[in-house]
Amino acid sequence: MKLFKQHNNVLPGFGMTLGFTIFYLSVIVLIPLSALVFRTAGLTWGQFISTVTAPRVLASYKITFGAAMIAATINSFFGVLVAWVLVRYRFPGRRMVDALVDLPFALPTAVAGITLATIYSPNGWVGRYLEPLGIKVAFTPLGIVLAMTFIGLPFVVRTVQPVIEEVEVELEEAASCLGANRWQTLQRVIFPIMAPSILTGFALSFARAVGEYGSIIFIAGNMPMVSEITPLLIITKLEQFDYQGATAIACVMLLTSFLMLLVINLLQKWSRRYAE
Amino acid sequence: MSAPVSSVHKPIKQKDRAQTEPAVVRWLLIATALVFLALFLLLPLAAVFSQAFEKGLTVYLDALKEPDTLSSIKLTLITAAVTVPLNLFFGVTAAWAIAKFSFPGKNLLITLIDLPFSVSPVISGLIYVLIFGLQGWIGPWLQEHDIKIVFAVPGIILATIFVTFPFVARELIPLMEAQGKEEEEAALVLGASGLQTFFRVTLPNIKWGIIYGVILCNARAMGEFGAVSVVSGHIRGMTNTVPLHVEILYNEYNYTAAFAVASLLAFLALITLMVKTVAEWKIRNQVEG
Repeated sequence: MKLFKQHNNVLPGFGMTLGFTIFYLSVIVLIPLSALVFRTAGLTWGQFISTVTAPRVLASYKITFGAAMIAATINSFFGVLVAWVLVRYRFPGRRMVDALVDLPFALPTAVAGITLATIYSPNGWVGRYLEPLGIKVAFTPLGIVLAMTFIGLPFVVRTVQPVIEEVEVELEEAASCLGANRWQTLQRVIFPIMAPSILTGFALSFARAVGEYGSIIFIAGNMPMVSEITPLLIITKLEQFDYQGATAIACVMLLTSFLMLLVINLLQKWSRRYAE
Repeated sequence: MSAPVSSVHKPIKQKDRAQTEPAVVRWLLIATALVFLALFLLLPLAAVFSQAFEKGLTVYLDALKEPDTLSSIKLTLITAAVTVPLNLFFGVTAAWAIAKFSFPGKNLLITLIDLPFSVSPVISGLIYVLIFGLQGWIGPWLQEHDIKIVFAVPGIILATIFVTFPFVARELIPLMEAQGKEEEEAALVLGASGLQTFFRVTLPNIKWGIIYGVILCNARAMGEFGAVSVVSGHIRGMTNTVPLHVEILYNEYNYTAAFAVASLLAFLALITLMVKTVAEWKIRNQVEG
């Protein structure tokens, strides 16, 4: 009966716009995505399990999720630092730095991929200084972490930044009036306010890294069992016309994405509890 | 009174309160953040241009004038020219329905609109292969009628529409919700038609939100790699977009040409960031003022 609330809304076009929205959403997103689920349902349970738990596939989960975890952790640390510096301190060029943070969103992944691979290759700008130290980045799992860190950075900064902007100065003043030193204020007052947004940023950055393809394949080396990420494995299966294998693995990844989406939504709800 | 105020007496904006860190800590934090960003963001950006121009301007221009490069640019422009208007129209329509009306299931609808952002680009391409490919749902029928979708331009466009689907809508929904509907109601009461109300009242209010959404949608449409790579079939001069062409050149060890073409995309990214910053600033002023 809730639908009838519309009668006291004088604005026109509700039926038409909502109708088109649902139509377009179904044609472009929902029906194609359901194709993936239906195709997987064509496999028997045993086939499905043996496909998605084959040793090479398991190794790819390990490297994909492991590297994404490390990258998201690095991003949480530096993302908070960058957000804090951008909000709280004034220095020349601050606005430009602020705009630059979104570069990984704007730069096409293939460009990021070939560039990172070139810089960190043994004779590249950075790679040549790491090589004598025995650190190999390009064509190793470390390269995967690097690319994932690059593409995930804006997520943490942009999630934490508005929260720091909204911290009320009064809270900090009260803390210091009550005798807290700066470190105690940060630890006991500001950090608890920031924590949910840091977790949200971590989850967003992790989710993006898990699905990432373009920026990683150039720097990863793509050795089966060692530095092969799951999205690449899907493409490899597809190129071998193993549609069932590709679909089954894709289904596992899709399920993971939905799970992450749920977690992120819950985290965002939690982080808004201070806003009211 | 109009004598220049000496800098010593300028009111200091951020008061030297007990609530900030000591200067040493402050500068140390700023320095760490800047060094990190320089290493991670500026250095790659500089490397693109440095590699592209390594062998001089003539080699750079020659790489761009190559027929395969030109045809990839053309395909990318076509893709964006179809994708962006479609998603713009969808974004405005969806935002109108969601922001101006209340109905059950609204939050679910918003989550579903955001869905393409949480799906791996590889899967975004795969789903269209599963439907339109030879082993797909309607693949055999399409082949009978000699219609090519996957490994052809329509597939590339479909996959691009999918990955850029939420951009305009997710920008406009919160903006239009914040603006409410009083202005539109006033226009309607004063006798304007629905379309007049939209074009004269709503559109000017959401102009910068639209620009913001469109510029991001366009950047992703022109730069998408993973999803397009799955559906393209990599036919040189036929189904290669600019990012795919960069990959091919790079894999052929033709680094200078690869980076020359990549530099076009990097230019696009820089322009995108600039327009985005201006749009953000305008929206902020509009909402606060």
